[in-house]
Amino acid sequence: MVLLEQKDPNPTMGETILPQRRPWIHLLLRWETGLAIIFLASLWFGQLNSPYFLNWETFFFSGLNFGVLAIMALPMTLIIITGEIDLSVASILGLSASLLGYLFMHGWSIWLAMGLCLVVGLVCGALNGFLITRLGLPSIAVTIGTLTLYRGIALIVLGSNTAGGFPASFTRISLPLGGTHLAFDFVVFVVLAIAFGLTLHATSLGRSLYAIGLQPETAFFSGIRVKRIKFSLYVLSGLICAFCGILTTFQLASSASDTGLGLELNVVAIVLFGGISIFGGRGTIVGVALSVGVFASLQASLTDSNVSAQVQSIVVGCLLLASVLIPNAREAFIRVRRQFQRRTLPQGGT
Amino acid sequence: MTAVETPPQLRSSSPSLVLQVLRFRELAIVVAILLVFGVTVLKDPSFANALSIQQLLAGPAIIGLLAVGETLVIVTRNVDLSVGSVLGLSAYLVGDLFVHDKSITIIVALLYGLLIGAGCGLVNGVIVAYARVPSLVVTLGTLYIIRGVTAVIVNGIQINPTSIPQSFLKLGSGTILGIPYIFIITTVAVVVVGYVMRNYRAARDLYAIGSNPEAAVLAGIPVPRRILSAFVISGALAGLGGAIWLAEFATVASTAGSGYELLVVSAVVVGGVAIFGGSGTVLGAALGALLLNTIDQALVASRISSFWNQAIAGAMLLLAISFDRFVSLRAERALRRGEVEHGPA
Repeated sequence: MVLLEQKDPNPTMGETILPQRRPWIHLLLRWETGLAIIFLASLWFGQLNSPYFLNWETFFFSGLNFGVLAIMALPMTLIIITGEIDLSVASILGLSASLLGYLFMHGWSIWLAMGLCLVVGLVCGALNGFLITRLGLPSIAVTIGTLTLYRGIALIVLGSNTAGGFPASFTRISLPLGGTHLAFDFVVFVVLAIAFGLTLHATSLGRSLYAIGLQPETAFFSGIRVKRIKFSLYVLSGLICAFCGILTTFQLASSASDTGLGLELNVVAIVLFGGISIFGGRGTIVGVALSVGVFASLQASLTDSNVSAQVQSIVVGCLLLASVLIPNAREAFIRVRRQFQRRTLPQGGT
Repeated sequence: MTAVETPPQLRSSSPSLVLQVLRFRELAIVVAILLVFGVTVLKDPSFANALSIQQLLAGPAIIGLLAVGETLVIVTRNVDLSVGSVLGLSAYLVGDLFVHDKSITIIVALLYGLLIGAGCGLVNGVIVAYARVPSLVVTLGTLYIIRGVTAVIVNGIQINPTSIPQSFLKLGSGTILGIPYIFIITTVAVVVVGYVMRNYRAARDLYAIGSNPEAAVLAGIPVPRRILSAFVISGALAGLGGAIWLAEFATVASTAGSGYELLVVSAVVVGGVAIFGGSGTVLGAALGALLLNTIDQALVASRISSFWNQAIAGAMLLLAISFDRFVSLRAERALRRGEVEHGPA
């Protein structure tokens, strides 16, 4: 029993533990509710700091700054739900950005170059998937390896050069979409989030992802194609990260081999804060979307109050710790009390 | 796992087989190092001169030291991603100590770094072992927090070489009998921790926890306490690494050691430590760091663009884990075949 608890860090998020008679308690105790409250609190905090916080400009720039991270968080969510991880996402982004810059500088048509970048993203994801599902290697080790490998290839492709001079019709995506205050990335994220959310929560494929994350062997014997699904998730992740590489390149109107360096841990942080269990099988897309909102609004308000990016990382770290400690607090309390009782009981007897 | 399942008459032969595989593993890394070294010397004989060899030994000293601590944590089926941040914090605080009082001795400075690291490791360990939350998330959190705290303390003011006593800087660049001091420090750490990991019961418990946490609890191993000590030692060595970083580079900004966590994990995995715990040695991890660094420097010496470093390091890591998988499958198959021949007891 105690051992099971160790494997099961977020029991309050499970659907079966809480009594069905009081669904409002069920809803109230969900991690997503907490996230929504934190999200509103962070907006309120931002507005307290500066009266100019809650306006369209902040909204647009947050979308621009966080769009790519948010988009990459979506395939990462699915991968973590199946109990695996992909640490190579930022390197695939960097490789795609470097390749786009290199090909464009060497006279390729921009469309053809973009197409090739997407294909390379697919191949990168497929290599991850192959090593993990066919050779049975642990995903964390494989993707630390490919993190280095893909970033290394990006370095070989572009070296220390910076590519630029992309056509204005493409770099325009760093401006608000015509007539609105929406960032292009933000729109892409919303569309993809809806698609991912529907797939995860409303299709049998989505349910099977949870099954894989909770019990891969049971899932396999229930006829779920575990390996094939995991493989496709890595391919999807590769494709989307390559797409994010293209987006980043056009947004910055330049690309270098260190584009997106170190973003992988930010993406993982967003996903885990969204209530996705690192052991797989738990969490929702809504949680991840709210988590993106919290991170984006906190970043915007802290930057408004001149807090440096490095100091902001304290907030990120504390939120991450809170995301695992709070759902676990009740369990830990019960455990400590039980241990305490066990220690005091014999003394009481004598 | 295998030791429990094998019938009695195989029990004498199975440890030797496992040992063979392990020995083979470290030998394989040594062969790889010598191969890289040999090929590079053929291309450029100056790669074998004293200065270059000193660089080869000193280069991986810090990563090697961190890899020793990381091995202890990974063996218990956990991971410590905060080592790079701990290194940065300790490097800065030790430097700050010298800024306030230049007369502090080397030993005190090293111990100070060690203690700072141990403190950070204690925080990680308590959260992981007693609150029972996944170490990946916890140490990812403390990675950010410690880095941020360092930024607050640094506040834009770097440590400069002028504020550090010469005797301490000599620790980073000096040699004794031609051997760099920092290589000796790492070697001592590898030998001591390696000996303890081989021969002491508490250290063997770490392997038991990693190979089967549930069985370890049932066997009466104080799992939380052991995991806590693994994190404290990992933190302490990262803190010591910070003091050495200061001695070697003499300047510290708030970004010192950022990104080291994945380099350290790479070295450990290349060194044959299973990422899901239960097997691997400290020596292997340190050799892994040495191999990765030797490849780096060999590329520089062969005038191959240094842009190739990362790609090759990544490919090495993938190769190493594929190789491990292959060896462990072979060993498993051999054991099973043995079982069939001898028949169950």
